[in-house]
Amino acid sequence: MSLIDSVSLPRSFRLPRVDGLIQWIVPLAIIAIWQVASVTGFVPTRVLPAPSDVVLAGWKLLLSGELVRNIWVSFWRASIGFLIGGGIGFAFGLANGLSQLSAKLTDTTLQMVRNVPHLALIPLVILWFGIDESAKLFLVALGVFFPIYLNTLHGIRTVDPQLIEMGRIYGMSDGELFRRVIFPGALPSIFVGIRFALGIMWLTLIVAETIAASSGLGYMAMQAREFMLIDVVVLSILIYALLGKLADSASRVLERLTLSWHPAFQKR
Amino acid sequence: MQTALRTSLPETELADRANFAPQARIVREERPVQTSGLPLSIRGLRKSFGDNEVLRGIDLHIPVGQFVAIVGKSGCGKSTLLRLVAGLETIDAGSIGFGQDVQPEDIRVMFQEPRLLPWARVLDNVEVGLGRDRASSDAHARAEKALTEVGLVDKRDQWPSVLSGGQKQRVALARALVSRPRVLALDEPLGALDALTRISMQRLLERVWRDQGFTAILVTHDVSEAVALADRVLVIEEGRIAHDVTVNAARPRERGSVELAGLEGSILSHLLSADDRT
Repeated sequence: MSLIDSVSLPRSFRLPRVDGLIQWIVPLAIIAIWQVASVTGFVPTRVLPAPSDVVLAGWKLLLSGELVRNIWVSFWRASIGFLIGGGIGFAFGLANGLSQLSAKLTDTTLQMVRNVPHLALIPLVILWFGIDESAKLFLVALGVFFPIYLNTLHGIRTVDPQLIEMGRIYGMSDGELFRRVIFPGALPSIFVGIRFALGIMWLTLIVAETIAASSGLGYMAMQAREFMLIDVVVLSILIYALLGKLADSASRVLERLTLSWHPAFQKR
Repeated sequence: MQTALRTSLPETELADRANFAPQARIVREERPVQTSGLPLSIRGLRKSFGDNEVLRGIDLHIPVGQFVAIVGKSGCGKSTLLRLVAGLETIDAGSIGFGQDVQPEDIRVMFQEPRLLPWARVLDNVEVGLGRDRASSDAHARAEKALTEVGLVDKRDQWPSVLSGGQKQRVALARALVSRPRVLALDEPLGALDALTRISMQRLLERVWRDQGFTAILVTHDVSEAVALADRVLVIEEGRIAHDVTVNAARPRERGSVELAGLEGSILSHLLSADDRT
């Protein structure tokens, strides 16, 4: 007994700290190898600048205020586009999940539109909106709409009908039934939609900003390419990666908070 | 507590039985003190799903506070009968009466699945059972009391997913009982439990029924469960009541006693002989 205690206790204390670090081993190793390869001249700096050069470029842009401004512009576009597209997708998902009439009326149309790759609309969008903000917001919103629509709809349709019957037996009104049974039941699926949508959000924004923009991270990368500033190009790409990871982490935290009842989130 | 249960019947209930149930011949000595149950009169009840006539004219009277078990082969219409009583299906023909106007809270159902909300804590799940009284100030206290009755008050703040199958069903029972129903309809509530949990759940059911005096209707495929719990066992065959068996054994009943085993055997032979005919 005492032997088991003395073995298992330090283990359980050590594990979380190792877990936190373990995910950073691979990225850090890649950066280290990359730095060595650049310094030794194995990789020419015209192909890929050393990590230290990228950091330096980032520092310069940070001091000039350009970096913060561009990140802010991109972040703003991403969030507003996400809110608009996600909001509309959620609304349609709710309507079509709850009402047969609404589903019959709009679902076929939405499924047809879904099969058009939204990035194929860029030429049309530029003709409509120019390279205005609304062009980027439109594209992001359109891209984000479908994963949220589909997963909200799926979530609502797959709520356990036995629970809905139970709610009715116990005298829940329609509003209560939605708030206490249908919405919480659909939530795990809605989160899947949100995480898909976040990925599409960044992808759409990058493409839109590199093709038609006068500010933002994508624009910064394209400008840098014009002037052969390869360190800035790499920096922009890394910042995209970081922002994407950040958005994903944020949705995970939200998921953890709202789905604490779910067996999958009760491990720790 | 137990001695209090043995007091004599209130007059109203005696009158009830005299009027409605001369054929039932109940000679149970111990009656619940509170006669909060409702009598049930079913006349000419029919129900079809498409071309399939599931119930073909059921006539049945259940006096106040009686514990009735309904057995039959699967597909005989026993669950349909229960769902009609609980108001979960519409009646094609005939009537179901409770002798007076009933509130939705007066009739509660318990299913084979616990049907707890996974995203609500145990106590909140029980509060759901209060129906329109959910918003009242004593909702918490009442839910806690119901949980105490099923012995799970210490789990009040847990998620349902951490409970065992038997515990979930006890929470479902607390939810059904929290509004003090006058009729409790049970649709194979113990069907999914293991043998030992089943027996302890049967004891719990019998205890709360005796304490609260509601009218209980239990649909089960387990004949030994039916004779262990019920005052009266109905055998349904092809949408009709084929046999109406009174169980006179004194409570608390001893499971596996000769008397119960004999009854169980005769009911089973009814069921099996029906099988042979078809």
